[in-house]
Amino acid sequence: MHADSTNTVTATTERKAAAVAAFKDLARDPGVPKPDPILVVDKVVRRFGGLTAVEVEHVEIQRGSITALIGPNGAGKTTFFNQLTGFDTADSGEWTFNGRPMNGVPAHKVARAGMVRTFQLTKALSRLTVMENMRLGAQRQKGESFFRALLPNLWRGQEDEITERAEDLLTRFKLAAKRDDFAGALSGGQRKLLEMARALMVQPELVMLDEPMAGVNPALTQSLLGHVKDLREQGMTVLFVEHDMDMVRDISDWVIVMAQGAVIAEGPPDTIMSDPRVIDAYLGAHHDAPLSETELQEQLHEAEAELEAEIEEETQK
Amino acid sequence: MDWVTIISTTVKAAVGVETVLYALAAIGINVHFGYTGLLNFGQAAFMAVAGYGLAVTVTVLGLPFWIGIGVGLLAAVLLAVVLGIPTLRLRADYLAIVTIAAAEIIRLIFRSVAFKDVFGGSDGQRGFSEGFYALNPFPEGDYGFGWFTFNNRVTWVLFVGWLLIALSCLIVYLLMKSPWGRVLKAIREDEDAVRALGKNVFSYKMQSLILGGVIGALGGFIYGLAFASVQPDIFGTETTFFAYTIVILGGAARVLGPVVGSMIFWVLLVLVNGILSGAVEAGYLPFMAPTQVGPVRFLLVGIGLILLLVYRPQGIFGDKREIAIDAR
Repeated sequence: MHADSTNTVTATTERKAAAVAAFKDLARDPGVPKPDPILVVDKVVRRFGGLTAVEVEHVEIQRGSITALIGPNGAGKTTFFNQLTGFDTADSGEWTFNGRPMNGVPAHKVARAGMVRTFQLTKALSRLTVMENMRLGAQRQKGESFFRALLPNLWRGQEDEITERAEDLLTRFKLAAKRDDFAGALSGGQRKLLEMARALMVQPELVMLDEPMAGVNPALTQSLLGHVKDLREQGMTVLFVEHDMDMVRDISDWVIVMAQGAVIAEGPPDTIMSDPRVIDAYLGAHHDAPLSETELQEQLHEAEAELEAEIEEETQK
Repeated sequence: MDWVTIISTTVKAAVGVETVLYALAAIGINVHFGYTGLLNFGQAAFMAVAGYGLAVTVTVLGLPFWIGIGVGLLAAVLLAVVLGIPTLRLRADYLAIVTIAAAEIIRLIFRSVAFKDVFGGSDGQRGFSEGFYALNPFPEGDYGFGWFTFNNRVTWVLFVGWLLIALSCLIVYLLMKSPWGRVLKAIREDEDAVRALGKNVFSYKMQSLILGGVIGALGGFIYGLAFASVQPDIFGTETTFFAYTIVILGGAARVLGPVVGSMIFWVLLVLVNGILSGAVEAGYLPFMAPTQVGPVRFLLVGIGLILLLVYRPQGIFGDKREIAIDAR
């Protein structure tokens, strides 16, 4: 156990170092080109009536990295996610995944292409067992065709392979003991784990997590964080939406900030929160400006008083 | 009161024609509602197009029996496709509204004066079942044992009917054990999650609608053949709701649920009917007229079903754990 964890630590640093190196000399501007993008988005617009929910000019996601998508409530992060994964149709714009154009592609084909998402409100399939949830994630199953389903001999072999893979994943996510329980009987955090494990059954290249920590009890947070980092170690790319800045700082290699539907800034996690554009987006551009005339007068008086005090000090010397 | 007659008709009802045809309709509903979560409130329409497809092909067009069966099945598949294309992409409740409306439209077309030459108006069509009885291997006479004795025509209908039930149950059993059935059950739980895992949800819902519709269509055939006629008002909305009652009674998403549900439902109806009619005849119930027996038996069976849902919401075969999850 102990040797294991040290091993992962060294591996982590290697992959992490590679990811960080890729971002090293990048500008902090929105839409900055990345050395090896897996996902390239251009001019995606989504309007709901008069409200422009998403208007992203250009953004690229670096392969093999963990990229965080942050922004205040209503910034359009989830809507943007829905556009990219085919759960909602964009009004205009295009995006490519591994160079393949993906606009207008229905959700199930997006997943088959290797871009798999999870949901903000967990979607455990309650009245299926944990194991059945996992098996469902596997792709190209022979037994999922109507006529072949009637002949178990045609799909039983593949089913056994799938089960084995599912068992490995469940062990990794510490859900093995729950394999025959209904998914609806799991706790909120365990459902998040199950949803992530199920997404991995698809064998995706890009994992998109919509608020993976929402509603998870703090004891499970560390383990979930570890699993997200683990995805990068296995060569996957992760894009996630999150509100918890501690988590963003802890695991992400790069942060993209959205506000009012647009990408307003990008940068490494340790400096992004001090970027004035980000502070403005979260707190408002005038957050330290006075609110009223009298307040303004008060501030002026204070400043004058301070100045006078300083002058007095100077003269006394 | 003639208890022997009451008991014997009740016992017969357990395997009778109504039990068979409603079991088939309910197996179809179970595929739609129990396994896939599709609220198809138009199962009667699937039965109607099958029955009328057979009747019109044989009587009006003068084609052989087997072609009539083919036309009926094709009509059921077509109905599923026509209903499914606009509604299966929408939320579940749209399907419910559209199917109940479509079923009524189809029934009203069948009984309309304008198409009286083809569908026979409110009298329906008759005289198309000879091709079926020509195949009857049972010679003239009575078959069975004890109270389960039927004449050769009814025996033939029941033989074919129970064969179809067995076949339908076998297919449903095989499918629901397979990865195909797993996708269906997953769609019932949350179709967006299934989409996110790379499955074409629309295609699976369509397959489910067709499969359940075709099994329901078999019930329509059995009706037409057993009574040697089809009438539009047999295929009203209450037929669909009886089928739903049967599914819930037996336990949704259980292979044998609809079959046992149908047996219990008809045994109860016939038993209550027998006892009430006997009691009215013998003068035990002076406040009731004989014509009130029909409605009152539905009332009593309805109360029984409500009690069942209160004390055993999962139905006869259901799993209590599943209901507990729903309540969370």
